[in-house]
Amino acid sequence: METTARVTPRTVIGIVLAIFLLFPVYWMVNSSLQGNENLLETTWFPFDIDLRGYQLAIESQLPHLVTSLIVSLGAVIVCLAIAAPAAYGLSRVNIPIPGIGLFVIALVITQMIPGIVIANGLFPIYNSVGLVNTYPGLILADASHGIPFCILLIRAFMVNIPSSLVEAARIDGANEFRVFTSIVLPISRNSLATAAVFAFLFAWSDFLFALTLTSTGDVVPITLSMYQFVGAHTQSWAALMATATLASIPAAFLLIVAQKYIASGVTGGAVK
Amino acid sequence: MDADVAVASGATGAGGDSDTKAAAHAASGRAVRRRQQLATLLFIAPAIVFVAIFFAVPVVNNIIMSFQEFTTATFYTGEAPWVGLQNYIDVVLDPLFARLTWNTGIFTFASLTVTFFIGLGLALFFDKTFRLSGLLRSLLLLPWLLPLVISAAVWRRMMDEGSGIINQILRAIGLNGVPWLTSPDVALASVVIVNIWIGIPFVMVILYGGLQEIPREFYEAAALDGATGWRAFWFITWPLLRPVVVVVLTLGFIYTIRALDIVLALTGGGPANATQTYATEAYQLSFIGFDFGHGAALSNILIIVSLVVAGLQLRVGRRPNDLAG
Repeated sequence: METTARVTPRTVIGIVLAIFLLFPVYWMVNSSLQGNENLLETTWFPFDIDLRGYQLAIESQLPHLVTSLIVSLGAVIVCLAIAAPAAYGLSRVNIPIPGIGLFVIALVITQMIPGIVIANGLFPIYNSVGLVNTYPGLILADASHGIPFCILLIRAFMVNIPSSLVEAARIDGANEFRVFTSIVLPISRNSLATAAVFAFLFAWSDFLFALTLTSTGDVVPITLSMYQFVGAHTQSWAALMATATLASIPAAFLLIVAQKYIASGVTGGAVK
Repeated sequence: MDADVAVASGATGAGGDSDTKAAAHAASGRAVRRRQQLATLLFIAPAIVFVAIFFAVPVVNNIIMSFQEFTTATFYTGEAPWVGLQNYIDVVLDPLFARLTWNTGIFTFASLTVTFFIGLGLALFFDKTFRLSGLLRSLLLLPWLLPLVISAAVWRRMMDEGSGIINQILRAIGLNGVPWLTSPDVALASVVIVNIWIGIPFVMVILYGGLQEIPREFYEAAALDGATGWRAFWFITWPLLRPVVVVVLTLGFIYTIRALDIVLALTGGGPANATQTYATEAYQLSFIGFDFGHGAALSNILIIVSLVVAGLQLRVGRRPNDLAG
């Protein structure tokens, strides 16, 4: 592969393609900066920056952004707490448990089950145990979306940990749990970070569970709020687009700071 | 390992039996092994419980409910009378069912086909390194990372009949504006367009990964034999990429047929059910109409269709364990 990348027609075509494909994202930001309620059409560039859209968005949507943040961070914690040990257990291929291969297959199959089936089957259960309209309820449901993916992702990394490292720790007298926390987890931090990024994005993007497992307005993440917003005040485009921009910040931020994790996660596990 | 063996054989020795050393060693080896297996099981157990509660139980529950009259009353009385296959019969014989099947089929097939070819084109385009290629490739991931509801809201703005930018451009070049989301004739196509936009990065990234795995020497050898350009694509790239293509199309199918967020946020299934699919109608039945029995029946039809088609795709293409990545 050539290492000296030159500016070629490909670069120009690539930029044009990116501009075309990312136009909706530009348009979202552009519209959010034109705080007009009267003007029908949004102009091409936000020459007169007007932040009224953001003012409105923050006034009405800040609690929902906070809700999304709480739910998403909670889902990341639950997801990693369950997925990391499981991934390690499943990576110990030299200590097989009969039938555990079936569990790996089950994990793959979970990815094929439509969310509406889960929501439909889960709601009566949630209703009977009082988890509807609660933070723990939504956090657990959102975590469930990421757990199989995270297990498969982290496991794919952990099976390659040299067994000599684990053996050495055992000789030093570490028990299985110590081996896991002080040897396996630190070595696996890249895959854990990838898993965390995806668990966060899954939960942050979740709409189906928010829509089906909440009904009273006690727990309304930003996606659900956007949905209600779109239905209710479509005239207030600037505020709507400002909300959309704010809700896109985590994805954009993670794409910048965790780029390599995202790329490896997409190819490693193939989700969504 | 050795430390464990020492501890375990100490314990066996304390038993005071007169076994030979070798037998004791073998027994302690088994004990160690059993203990390690137990540790492995304890590591996995929480995940097994979690997956059981959040996947197995809802799926089973959904199957049970699909044979019951499960409505709002059930939540108060706890009674859900058995109705056999009646829910399935009702759902399938409903005049809407043909429409749902058509919409789901068109939505899935059109989205997936177009997304695949655009994604393949982009993957091939980015397969050669050029200045800014890495940066542009990552930027193109953004649409896929945004929450679907957010993307749908942005497209709703762009597709607005009166003031959206798309109609603004169409009018500027002398064409008529299109009622993208408000006309029953156009809405399904509009939803497909948005779904294509969302799916392109996923297909691109996976196929790009597949292309990167193809050894460059193959192309060099083929070039010596005079195979470049299209010939190189047909005789080297395509056959070697095929397993990845099968994975992309299978996963793409599974993720597309269940799509609910985009449809609900763009059109709510309307106008006049023009964009209603199995997934959205199952949602409407259960969570708007509080008729969980019928909702469960329809969502089970969705799961059966997606598993059968995905299974066929894999059978035609490759073995299922490719999905594990």
